[in-house]
Amino acid sequence: MSQYMFLVYEEEVEPAVQAEREQQLPMFVELHRSLREAGLLVGVQRLHSVQSATSVRVRDGETEIVDGPFAVTKETLAGYYILECADLDEALQQAARLPMAPWATIEVRPIMAADEWLRVAREAGAELPDEAVEDLA
Amino acid sequence: MSPDARPADAVSDAVAAAFRDERAIVLATLIRQVGDFQLAEDAVQDAFEAAVTVWRRDGVPANAGAWITTAARRRAIDRLRRNRSVADRAERLAELTRLDAPGWEPSMDEDSTIVDDRLRLVFTCCHPALEMPARVALTLRALGGMTTGEIARAFLVAEPTMGKRIVRAKRKIADARIPYRVPADEDLPDRLRGVLRVVYLIFNEGYAAAEGERLVREELCDEAIRLGELLCRLMPDDAEVWGLLALMLLHDARRAARVDPSGRYVALEAQDRSLWDGDRVGEGLAKLERAVRLRRPGEYQLQAAITALQIQAPDAEHTDWAQIAELYGALGRLNPSPVVELNRAVAVGLAAGPAAGLELLEPLLTDPALERYQPLYAAHAELLSRAGDAEGAAGAYERAIALSANDVERAELERRLRALR
Repeated sequence: MSQYMFLVYEEEVEPAVQAEREQQLPMFVELHRSLREAGLLVGVQRLHSVQSATSVRVRDGETEIVDGPFAVTKETLAGYYILECADLDEALQQAARLPMAPWATIEVRPIMAADEWLRVAREAGAELPDEAVEDLA
Repeated sequence: MSPDARPADAVSDAVAAAFRDERAIVLATLIRQVGDFQLAEDAVQDAFEAAVTVWRRDGVPANAGAWITTAARRRAIDRLRRNRSVADRAERLAELTRLDAPGWEPSMDEDSTIVDDRLRLVFTCCHPALEMPARVALTLRALGGMTTGEIARAFLVAEPTMGKRIVRAKRKIADARIPYRVPADEDLPDRLRGVLRVVYLIFNEGYAAAEGERLVREELCDEAIRLGELLCRLMPDDAEVWGLLALMLLHDARRAARVDPSGRYVALEAQDRSLWDGDRVGEGLAKLERAVRLRRPGEYQLQAAITALQIQAPDAEHTDWAQIAELYGALGRLNPSPVVELNRAVAVGLAAGPAAGLELLEPLLTDPALERYQPLYAAHAELLSRAGDAEGAAGAYERAIALSANDVERAELERRLRALR
């Protein structure tokens, strides 16, 4: 068996269109449940919007912090870390410690907690029981 | 029933005064208590809207600030009950309800709490994970008390654009959990430098506007100085905080002389010194003295000291250029930059003669960063001319003239070029 990562790219859309997408959450819950039953799902998490991204680089020993996603097209995705931090300051500090920070860019994106994912979908009109949280992430 | 015009105006004035004096303080505390920037701001906004109606009906309360604080807290409780997305909602509600209970008295350390809350707000608004324009806008709105419309006009962008920028910044603060706290000691110097940069940028945005839109931009200078004063109250032990305020005051003192009646920029040496604001100069010098007494030199203090020497001299000829050259040297060691080095070369040229100035200027002539920098060639021409090299000076003036984007400046350079022949 090998593990594969599915990276999901999407365009930001108008609130009305986004609400329609949120309403499809039951399909996600169903898919995650079946993947889990089949023993295929290792992990799934939703990220907060790209507007909440911060990029970290270390150059000449100095930490550079930039608002926004990472945007140099020559660089490609090489890996990921998930850390539990008190707040963004701690996350940025830890990102700057990565051994590849002197040559790479670390895009720091907050992960949306499963209950928030559920709440956002419900606010958009999706109908789901509280237990759905278990299947989301 | 329409209220009589006169009391209505008095109420509007009272609300406007409370907005100016109390809003930032109430907001800073409420953000900590509810843990959500947007929700706190909405609650404070509700409170001011309620004040217009209630004060018109019941009269203006004796302590408007306390009234706004209580009203904003109650609105925050209402909003928090409806909004499920705020982290630690139950604890926050319990705390706010406790604060709202009758008989609760503010404790003795209320003042220091207010200072801490305002500092937290300063560091959150100027957080490095927010893009610079967002830091500027948030700082002006949350700490300076300017409305989104006023900020948009001052930065010459459409109001919806500025509104989106502010909303986006507040969302990022919430989603990415930008902390609401004063940075730890080891991070403080770095983060404070970031805060000062935001304030100085606001000042320069107002000050650099030499033509057009002048009235609007003066508001930015005033707001930046008010922010500088606030920082001095909040962090009186930091020398650079005083240095920045001194620098802004000393620049601001020359505001009226920087622009001629037709709205064009006037360089320092050509300014009518009688137009300088002597009180402002005095204020700036006092702040600089306060900074220097703390014995922690920094770039804003050095710049303020250079400006002070130029202002205090009766004219360019009687200026202490040797001292200014030394200050530029210190500034360059702290923050190396070819522009600082150019200024040092000019000062040395005036203090020790053109040959010494030319020697320092030589390496800058091949610096690609200054290749299209008009002041470099103007300075080169000036030094060559004083050294007796009229031909070299003419070439440098021609280069400076070609790079000049300002009519007044170009006319002056052309006059000097003609004087060579």
